[in-house]
Amino acid sequence: MTETSTAAPADARELPAYPQARGCPYQPPAGYDAYRDQGPVSLVELYNGRRVWAVSGHAEARQVLLDAATYSSDRVHPHYPATAPRFESARKVRNFIGMDPPEHTVQRRMLLTNFTVRKVQALRPGIQRLVDELIDAIEAKGPVADLVPDFALPVPSVVICELLGVPYTDHAFFEQQSRRVVTGTTSLEDSADAFAQLASYLDGLIRRKEQEPGDGLLDTLIAEQLSTGALNRRDLVDIALLLLVAGHETTASAIALGVLTLLENPEQLAALRADETLLPGAVEELLRYMAIADGVARFATVDTELGGHQVKAGDGVIVVISSANRDDEAFPAADAFDVGRGARHHISFGHGVHQCIGQNLARAEMEIALSTLFRRLPGLRLAEPSGQLPVKEPGGVQGIWRLPVTW
Amino acid sequence: MHIKADTQRCLGAGQCVLSAPDRFDQSDEGTVLVLEDRVDGPAEEARLRDTVALCPSQAIALEA
Repeated sequence: MTETSTAAPADARELPAYPQARGCPYQPPAGYDAYRDQGPVSLVELYNGRRVWAVSGHAEARQVLLDAATYSSDRVHPHYPATAPRFESARKVRNFIGMDPPEHTVQRRMLLTNFTVRKVQALRPGIQRLVDELIDAIEAKGPVADLVPDFALPVPSVVICELLGVPYTDHAFFEQQSRRVVTGTTSLEDSADAFAQLASYLDGLIRRKEQEPGDGLLDTLIAEQLSTGALNRRDLVDIALLLLVAGHETTASAIALGVLTLLENPEQLAALRADETLLPGAVEELLRYMAIADGVARFATVDTELGGHQVKAGDGVIVVISSANRDDEAFPAADAFDVGRGARHHISFGHGVHQCIGQNLARAEMEIALSTLFRRLPGLRLAEPSGQLPVKEPGGVQGIWRLPVTW
Repeated sequence: MHIKADTQRCLGAGQCVLSAPDRFDQSDEGTVLVLEDRVDGPAEEARLRDTVALCPSQAIALEA
């Protein structure tokens, strides 16, 4: 396996690590400044000692993400860089996030109609009712509330259950297993066990649905793809696993961290409260600023040039989303959080053919959850100093584990 | 100048619909539909170039 580039002088240097821990949960790790100091593309070292390219420049990040032929997402391939031990077990889960076109495109097209702007628009009244019920319960219980389990997690969890046709009564199980999958510090063995438990659960659910069909997306896939042989059972389980895990854990993090970011930027929160038309733009700015997915991995399939460096076939490439979103050339005064910025070209959902399929659902959930929470609890404030909030580990979905608030 | 869309490349992210809802929609299959393809004047061209740049699958373009 090609483990280093031929950028010879770099071999003698001590390289910065990727990933690194965030100090403030909505800011990139301070250690990533060292990448940018070396230019938009630089060498970093992974946990296992492998040297890969870190892409911090926005233009270079787009270049990589738009070129799926040169920069592969094939997780099964040994050249695909695992940024944490748990990614070694993710290699065995085969769905479109870890495939290249044309294989990727066949699976993605099976799902397209379920995530259009119009389909998501139709889900909004249901999301609004759910958000209102959760806030009713928070008010009834009284302060202090932990907004992670009481609000940020159940919103996307209930919504993805209804969309897929997964019983929400099983949420404690799949939320716990999902956390083992997406937490940066989960060991190889632990993440493999979590994947196996989720796959076994979903396999059982799909078999039950074959006997007693419901009206969720999984039921549609069973009827249209599994029964026709377009997907085999293992494919369907692995797709269901991706949609279930990615469908709740990332958005849960984004809602909790969105609340914290707005509370810690009171002038921006005041601007948003004064003008509701700012809401969609404010959500885009939160997405850019927080970069819940810290980075994504690719590997070069051919010798190529990137940001003035010679990248060799087999080299690992990490697109550092949290850095690229703070590139001053793409976003003037990029480190400023500005709900009126009006910039939509962040890469928090990725870019290219793998850009998040659930992005419009995530936007709708964030818009409704954040606007309703701040409207109904106008005195909302932290119940603990923000510096005490436990920050999620590097190498996974970024965010906070708890968000105690009062009002 | 006009908008050209390639439904074979489109992967249904919906960025065009969010960015320029007066010009783009999505079909029942989830791929891009152009509502009005004429691009008149530099302001419209600049606005739609931004929209084109947002498309993750390079399925839309401006053509003379």
